[in-house]
Amino acid sequence: MRALGWTALLALAAAAGCARRAPDPLPAEAAGWSKGRTRSFAAAELWRYVNGDAERYLQAGVVRTLTAEYRSRNGSEAVADVHEMSAPEGARRLFESEPAAGSRAIQVGEAGRSYGPSLTFRRGRYFVRLVAYQDSAEIAEALIALARAVDARLRGAP
Amino acid sequence: MSRTEASRRRFLGGCLAGLTGNACGQGRAPAGQAKQDPAAGRSRVVIARDPALRAGGGPDSARLGKLLDRLMQAFYGVDNALEAWRRLVRPGEVIGLKVNCLAGKGASTHPELVEAIMERLQQAGVRSRDILVWDRLSEDLESAGYRIATGRDRARVMGNDLLGYEDELSAYGSAASLLAKALTQICDGVINLPVLKDHGIVGVTLALKNLFGAVHNPNKYHPNTGDPYVADVYMLPPIRQKVRLAICDAVSGQYEGGPSYMPQWSWPFNGLLAARDPVALDWTGWQILEQERARRGLKPLRDAGREPKWIATAARHGLGTNDPGRIERLEA
Repeated sequence: MRALGWTALLALAAAAGCARRAPDPLPAEAAGWSKGRTRSFAAAELWRYVNGDAERYLQAGVVRTLTAEYRSRNGSEAVADVHEMSAPEGARRLFESEPAAGSRAIQVGEAGRSYGPSLTFRRGRYFVRLVAYQDSAEIAEALIALARAVDARLRGAP
Repeated sequence: MSRTEASRRRFLGGCLAGLTGNACGQGRAPAGQAKQDPAAGRSRVVIARDPALRAGGGPDSARLGKLLDRLMQAFYGVDNALEAWRRLVRPGEVIGLKVNCLAGKGASTHPELVEAIMERLQQAGVRSRDILVWDRLSEDLESAGYRIATGRDRARVMGNDLLGYEDELSAYGSAASLLAKALTQICDGVINLPVLKDHGIVGVTLALKNLFGAVHNPNKYHPNTGDPYVADVYMLPPIRQKVRLAICDAVSGQYEGGPSYMPQWSWPFNGLLAARDPVALDWTGWQILEQERARRGLKPLRDAGREPKWIATAARHGLGTNDPGRIERLEA
């Protein structure tokens, strides 16, 4: 009987753990960027955001996607997508499925790549993509700074 | 404020005005009806390019307008652009501009192009309030830089979420969908404004696939690299009957990573493509993307497991031709 009680308690704790999430991995202000509109898409609704592209995220086990628009002090614009997967393997799979050609490794997350006007990184079960609409060395560095701010919020997230 | 910005603001600010719903010209004989009979002759695809098209990050509005004029004159074989537009539309008609805004800024139909088209439609006699810029979702339009306008006295900019869908399914082959009222009830004619880009599942997304934005369930149509779904959706009668011309926004092209915007896999094509035949346009656009993939050392789409076989299926349906010998490719 006692064993059953512990089992139930552990199951409840596990369920609660699964439901835990990083409160909001996308900072309101960071490295000169200010957040604008934020949207959240559950897995079943992800197609509304990326249409056919949703399929590969679903296959990798996406749970939900958060996306936010950012504007920098000098008027540059960017979009940040945080894809929360069911397991770290999903984030790894997405990260590694994208061509690395033309990128350079960056010290963000557990693995990260900068393509200049965009970057990707993974941290635990999160796969993150940042895309800017301008292309310059300054933008590339500003994106990396924003990525580090996002990564800091994901560090320690369940 | 730059001239481009001022001009865009005038346009976006002017995008008010009223949907008159079902009363807007249903049943009128449209001008410029696309002939979908490839046996009648070769399908013309015009490509116009301007190496100096860009100003900063986006297209220069003035140069884009001139490029559009050159494109239309070449397509219709006329001496002035206004004559070309008069062959496409008539005063009193409600004209829809089906943009592609899924990817937000960067890989969507540029507002500058839509602004230029709207100006020319009005010069050809179409009233501002009879122009509807539409796509699947209003938030997609906003993400791409458009401002939603639902008023009743000027051009409208709205998504299907606001305009609604029919209650009855339309079906052809593998496709069974609720069609957008923008297409079925509001517009007499539609100008299709896709973007030149790759698609991670169906290979490419151009003229045919842009009409996925006219159905309520596009997410159901991506298995088997979109074949035959893309072709079957375009077979739905209101689509075949009302889309008169495709003008592909190829200011930038994206050869990998679509349909989302991936700047690292985009390149400045600095052009526009026009065709009545959506199959010919898609085949031509596909070849352009393949050439760029080859130049960058990427595998052909066939080897990447996403050859757009639905283009051939669309040709078999009679929607147009994918036979290069029957495509008249003109560089304007």
